[in-house]
Amino acid sequence: MATAAPALAAPARLATIALAGNPNTGKSTLFNRLTGSRQTVSNYPGITVHKTSGTLIFPGGRTATVLDLPGAYSLAPASPDERVVFDVLAGRISGTEPPDVVVAVVDATNLRRNLFLVSQIADLGRPLVIALNIVDEAEKRGIRLDAELLSRRFGVPVIPIVAKTGAGIGALQQAVEAVMSSPAQFAPVVWSDPVRSALSILRESLSPALASRLGPQLLPRLLFDGTTVTAAGNLDGNGAVSGPIERARQALRDSGTNPVTVEAGTRYRHIDALLDGIETRPDPAFASQGYSIDRLLTHRLFGMMIFAGMMLAVFSSIYWIAQPLMDAVDAAFAMLAEAASSGLTAWPMFRSLVVDGLVPGVGGVAVFLPQILILFFFIGILEDSGYMARAAFLMDKVFAWCGLNGKSFVPMLSSFACAVPALMGTRTIEDPRARLSTILVSPLMSCSARLPVYVLMIGAFIQPQFGVFWAGVALFAMHALGLFTAVPIAFLISRFLLRIRPLPFLLEMPPYRMPRLCDVGLRMFRSGREFVLRAGTIILAFSVLIWAATYFPRPEGVRGDLAQRVAVERGIPIGEADALLDSELAPVLRSSYLEQSYIGRAGHLIQPVFAPAGFDWKITMAVLASFPAREVVVSTLGIVYSVEEGDDDEVAQRLGDRLAAAEWPDGRRVYGPAVAIAIMVFFAYCLQCVSTIAVIARESGWRWALFAFGYMTALAWLGAVAAYQIGSLGFPGGAA
Amino acid sequence: MSGVTTLDRLRLRDTGRIVSLDGREDLLQRLMALGFLPGARLEVVQVAPFGDPITIALDGWRISLRLGDAASIAVEPANGRTSSRTEVP
Repeated sequence: MATAAPALAAPARLATIALAGNPNTGKSTLFNRLTGSRQTVSNYPGITVHKTSGTLIFPGGRTATVLDLPGAYSLAPASPDERVVFDVLAGRISGTEPPDVVVAVVDATNLRRNLFLVSQIADLGRPLVIALNIVDEAEKRGIRLDAELLSRRFGVPVIPIVAKTGAGIGALQQAVEAVMSSPAQFAPVVWSDPVRSALSILRESLSPALASRLGPQLLPRLLFDGTTVTAAGNLDGNGAVSGPIERARQALRDSGTNPVTVEAGTRYRHIDALLDGIETRPDPAFASQGYSIDRLLTHRLFGMMIFAGMMLAVFSSIYWIAQPLMDAVDAAFAMLAEAASSGLTAWPMFRSLVVDGLVPGVGGVAVFLPQILILFFFIGILEDSGYMARAAFLMDKVFAWCGLNGKSFVPMLSSFACAVPALMGTRTIEDPRARLSTILVSPLMSCSARLPVYVLMIGAFIQPQFGVFWAGVALFAMHALGLFTAVPIAFLISRFLLRIRPLPFLLEMPPYRMPRLCDVGLRMFRSGREFVLRAGTIILAFSVLIWAATYFPRPEGVRGDLAQRVAVERGIPIGEADALLDSELAPVLRSSYLEQSYIGRAGHLIQPVFAPAGFDWKITMAVLASFPAREVVVSTLGIVYSVEEGDDDEVAQRLGDRLAAAEWPDGRRVYGPAVAIAIMVFFAYCLQCVSTIAVIARESGWRWALFAFGYMTALAWLGAVAAYQIGSLGFPGGAA
Repeated sequence: MSGVTTLDRLRLRDTGRIVSLDGREDLLQRLMALGFLPGARLEVVQVAPFGDPITIALDGWRISLRLGDAASIAVEPANGRTSSRTEVP
């Protein structure tokens, strides 16, 4: 019986293989080769670094988990990415065993520099295999490497591969399996006497419990990286560690050794000895291969023009190519809603949940996919070809002064289409401070979801009164507003708020390479899937919550009171009036229910806060109801002003007329140019977009998502009040 | 002529040899991990349109850095001339 042998049925623990290496070594291509589409993206516990893992099936049928670690040049944990590499390899991630095998992916065209990280990893004591990648390119550049000789010298298997073509992958898998059963060790670096005595001072000054918990492998990292390790919060009991580190470092200094530079000097001497007699530098005749078009692409005139052209192509693709796809998604979900609506007439509450809550919620997630996939297609091409580094090089000066860097450009540009894919695109920024600043200011860019608000307000109040020219000026001003606000905000945020040390801007310019479409496709697949699974659930939850707030409590009396009022006004029997509420007067009934809903009540309650901006309770309520997405404000105003349903243009036209006719109880007009501008400014600044909030939370944590919502809402309120107060001075005959 | 200057003062196409590094601890650590060691040869291969950052070739590969960080690297110009900015009358 199956239950008789539980011990046999229990699966063996899945082996973990970690891929580590410098950036631009083809590590991710190797990862894609090994795992195919069996990939998942999650987060490391407690931090916002993405964890990409997949499943490898060996030829024999055995499976293992493959972890694609972030690219790093060194284990000194200065950035969150490097910290993850260090923590994973040292087994310091809670609940995660250290990897069984580390595959160090090494660029054969740049062996010497790549071996620096390998030698650091080797000191952590995990079984190691070296994947010598891009050997084809190395040969073209005149570098011939004898893998067997390297294996003998290094003491670990060195497997020549070409990840792009798949050459050598089989041999690599065999070597990994072999190393699992008989671990190999990379030739250990020999420290000088002063370093060794400093290490023993360090070990003795630590409490015995701490010393044994850290193990001998971590002591050199503690000595060399010192404060960066402890400041990163990697090690518990900071005080217990920083004192001993300082003592050991002082001993080093006393013996005339610089604790900051001794590691690199020793390791490079060690590497040079290992590589003695082996040609690792490209033949000068071939050295600039792969760089020849750089003179054009980074030229101060042509380079900038090509850059502008490429960015225009990226932006217009997101903006225009995505549009028909997004319309198709919208149409599909509208059909779904209609089908659900007619199928569920018997259960009005459930019908409303499905038609007004769930279907638009799911649709609201799906509608982002075209833009995300298109942006990540371009990011994949730009990164894998090596052009992204050049773009960052060209633009860095423009962004550096306000705490951003050259890599902020693509996300900020993409934000003019939509902040959601743009924020996911900030993953290309290595510097955590520049990345967070970019995330916090990108949503200020005027995205396409703000357009319906501008169009409604300009169409109803600016164009009729001031003409087409001023309508155009207003539309342009609304787009410029976010951009010109973002720059000082970024400066303030990175100067006064972020307590993250900026990384030095050291950006490798990899040789130009042809991107592999399969890698680009898997990148798109991963980001799309991750968005749906992680951010999508948050978006859906909020859509349902806001639906509930606009639906409930739905008091019984609303319909009866309305029917009675209609009967009196029109002098018809109450039964007839009640029947009208299902046909001609259905929009009025919807509007009455909305006013009585929780969100309608909240609109009345909060209206005094928005009174200085000239908002009445209806605008206030529409602002609250647009929390899931800014464009919802238009449909909410449509309901609250009882606009009959129809196609979008008709609804907008009718809504514009209704707004123009709306009055305060004392007979003054609610809307005028001043209020219209105040509403536009409010929506230009506010973060009424649950999708953006969900993505910020996903990329940098809920604390920063709430911060972004808070500062943008404050900015929106201040901007709206200022616009209204100044506007009502300038537009007599307006609202005030 | 010889003389020691800093990397940020080299001009396009200038080559040099690293003499020493001095600056923020984490910057030094990163630079040295990348192979910026005393004795290494380098060449300024690109200057960005706004004059900063610069790209240098080192040991067969290329990296760009900002002038502010390049100032931490003392170099001995190898092609017989220093930048005009460093010439003493």
